Amino acid sequence: MNGAVRARLSDGRWHFQHGPIDLVIGADGDSAAVAASVEACWQAFPDVLPLLVRELAQLRSPCTPALRLSGPVAREMLRACRPFAQDFGLFVTPMAAVAGAVADHLISHFARPGVTRAYINNGGDIALYLTAGASFDIGLVADIDAPRLDGGVRVEAADAVRGVATSGWRGRSFSLGIADRVTVLAADAAAADAAATMIANHVDVDSPLIRRAPANSLRDDTDLGDRLVTVHVPPLVPALVREALDRGASFARACLERGLIRGALLTVQGASRILTEHEIEALA
Amino acid sequence: MTERVGASTVGERFEAAEPVVVAAKPPEKMAANKVLCDACPVLCQISEGRLGACDRWGNVGGKLTRMDPVLLMKRPGVEVVASGHAAWRGEWINDAPVFVSGVGSGTTYPDYKPAPFIVASRHQGVDMVTVVTEGIFSYCSFKVKIDTDRYLGPEQATVRYDGEAVGHVTTIEYGSQFLSLGGVHHLTGGSKREGRVTCALMQKLGNREPVELEIEGGARLTVEAGRAPIVNGVEETRMRVGCGSATIGIFAKQWYGHVDEVVVVDDHITGVLTEHQAGKCLDMPASGIRIRGRKSTPGRYFQVANPGTGWGGTDITDPLSIIEGWDPDVARPGLRLLMVSTTGEHAEFFVLDEKLRPERTPMPDAVRKVVERIGENCEPALATVLFVAGAGGSLRAGVTENPVRLTRSIKELLTRVTCGGAPAYVWPGGGITVMVDVTKMPANSFGTVPTPAIVAPIEFTMRRDVYAALGGHVDRIQRVEDVLARADVRLIDWDVANPWPLAPQENAR
Repeated sequence: MNGAVRARLSDGRWHFQHGPIDLVIGADGDSAAVAASVEACWQAFPDVLPLLVRELAQLRSPCTPALRLSGPVAREMLRACRPFAQDFGLFVTPMAAVAGAVADHLISHFARPGVTRAYINNGGDIALYLTAGASFDIGLVADIDAPRLDGGVRVEAADAVRGVATSGWRGRSFSLGIADRVTVLAADAAAADAAATMIANHVDVDSPLIRRAPANSLRDDTDLGDRLVTVHVPPLVPALVREALDRGASFARACLERGLIRGALLTVQGASRILTEHEIEALA
Repeated sequence: MTERVGASTVGERFEAAEPVVVAAKPPEKMAANKVLCDACPVLCQISEGRLGACDRWGNVGGKLTRMDPVLLMKRPGVEVVASGHAAWRGEWINDAPVFVSGVGSGTTYPDYKPAPFIVASRHQGVDMVTVVTEGIFSYCSFKVKIDTDRYLGPEQATVRYDGEAVGHVTTIEYGSQFLSLGGVHHLTGGSKREGRVTCALMQKLGNREPVELEIEGGARLTVEAGRAPIVNGVEETRMRVGCGSATIGIFAKQWYGHVDEVVVVDDHITGVLTEHQAGKCLDMPASGIRIRGRKSTPGRYFQVANPGTGWGGTDITDPLSIIEGWDPDVARPGLRLLMVSTTGEHAEFFVLDEKLRPERTPMPDAVRKVVERIGENCEPALATVLFVAGAGGSLRAGVTENPVRLTRSIKELLTRVTCGGAPAYVWPGGGITVMVDVTKMPANSFGTVPTPAIVAPIEFTMRRDVYAALGGHVDRIQRVEDVLARADVRLIDWDVANPWPLAPQENAR
């Protein structure tokens, strides 16, 4: 069994890896404070995956009112996902927020004097730490098959945003929808992660051209069972793209109104919708 | 999984955390077709052909397999203590029996960073260094040689794969038709889909998978490196022994005395024995045959028919259709005529009747023997695939701070270039333009990045003093023993048909 490992990237950032968890960690501030934070984070890191694995069966089960979890990360996952089951009656398991919740759990180690800002990027689900006056510019990429920075968002300390997450059918996780990208800003990364997943599932349209397959035919041990996940989306006519965006945007608006998210950017085949209290600007 | 996006992580130097007691227990019951991955506490049960939760480990043919390992190659007959083995203490065993290939090595970016692996080893007492990386190539293509005389399409015709233009038909060489597939023009110069489709085609070709191609105004082909090409649904079996004229030249003496005329049907040059220089040398009398087509030199005819998949690469199915007639003053009843294709696959024997009409007649054994010899002399028809790429660009900066010195060192044969351990022919002239037979490379050597571009392994091997002299990143040299001890490596057997890269090259200046 391979344990947790870490490597310092040549630009000073860190890469922590353990099983399916890949974190890229960056921080600014007093170098001793940053080093101490990274060290504390590293000390905590090896326990994260084993604790999650202990409750893996429950984490892969639907967020019913009866579901109880004990691990600190697992409980945050449930907290982030439960509204989608309770308020919207949707199928969701705590796994929808696993990446964000892990990032949130570890970012807390950077909250110490001398660190001005920090982020933990867990495969596109990002937890932020910001002190007064600090900000992060986050670049956005719609098509990971042809990566190009096509948007950006600035998160400032004064914004109540400490989590940014992205979901879509092209990514490593499965999606029930056809969004190339749904990027969500929320109070923390777990909330952003869960919401990005659920909104991306709603960015959808019926078309025989879209190829779907049961999740469990593609990967073992998936929490999605035999639900149909998107495998291939060919170029679609603008009317279908618009309809998919309409459906996704209407769900995202409901999330915004309930305070589950602070903003969302939905993209399908080059067409986008922005829903926000916050500014998301498409870069020229 | 040969897509290795973000492969740069492989070159990182990881340190391990203190082990943590694992909470999960392996399940007591598991389906027989699954493997239990114990690489991390998640303990995925992975079905054949699938990946675990991390995408790093998968079930390949019932075996738990690291999907992106660095490929090391071991010379046969050498015992290497397995990495992670308790007995392994990091000391070397004997004379450099292991070569670190670029396959799965990842790459560093931007280019000025040292290559992922700069490996020291000893060969026959000489300290050697191998700089190992994966190149990301936009400027690269595959040259495909298809052994066939069948008509594939006009020169310069577009070759399509999955509906997109991915290359073109180039020249015909003796017995073979060349295609150029891939290249920067199709990868990045056309539509996004053209680029993706081209990239996918190139990866398949390089990884020796069959691909179906369609030539505009020509044939449909299935091409797989090292296998017989399939043209319009028919698998090629053998190359022609030569053109029609050459076939006459080779076999004239063996036919002599058994036949009075031989026509070797060929799309390029159809040969006629009695008119040909070979027949003249044997003092064979003229037969009076009149052949369609354009006469070149005596006994040699161009364009006797249209190109096709019939006799000798023409479109004919009845060989008599290329005979215009017989000169009644010269031809005589009873004349024995053999018509044969350049591969011996088609052959018929005729005797002229009273009205000088060829009548099909059973072929005498002596004639059949020569026809069979034509077949015997035809080599198996193959599709062969060479990877051509320019490595003379910024990739060199991962090797040295002064890139031109690497180029010069290669030209002076002080530095050997290999791709996945396979010998690379380096073109004369500027730059480092390499050409490699993909069948000499390890399986699945080629990957892609979304640019789109092709990822291919490349290694530069030289003496340590040469490496230092060309401004190499000597501070980044690591011992091959330490590479071998890593968890993310896979050891395969060296292909003994390839020269050992650590041995010095002949004629090195």
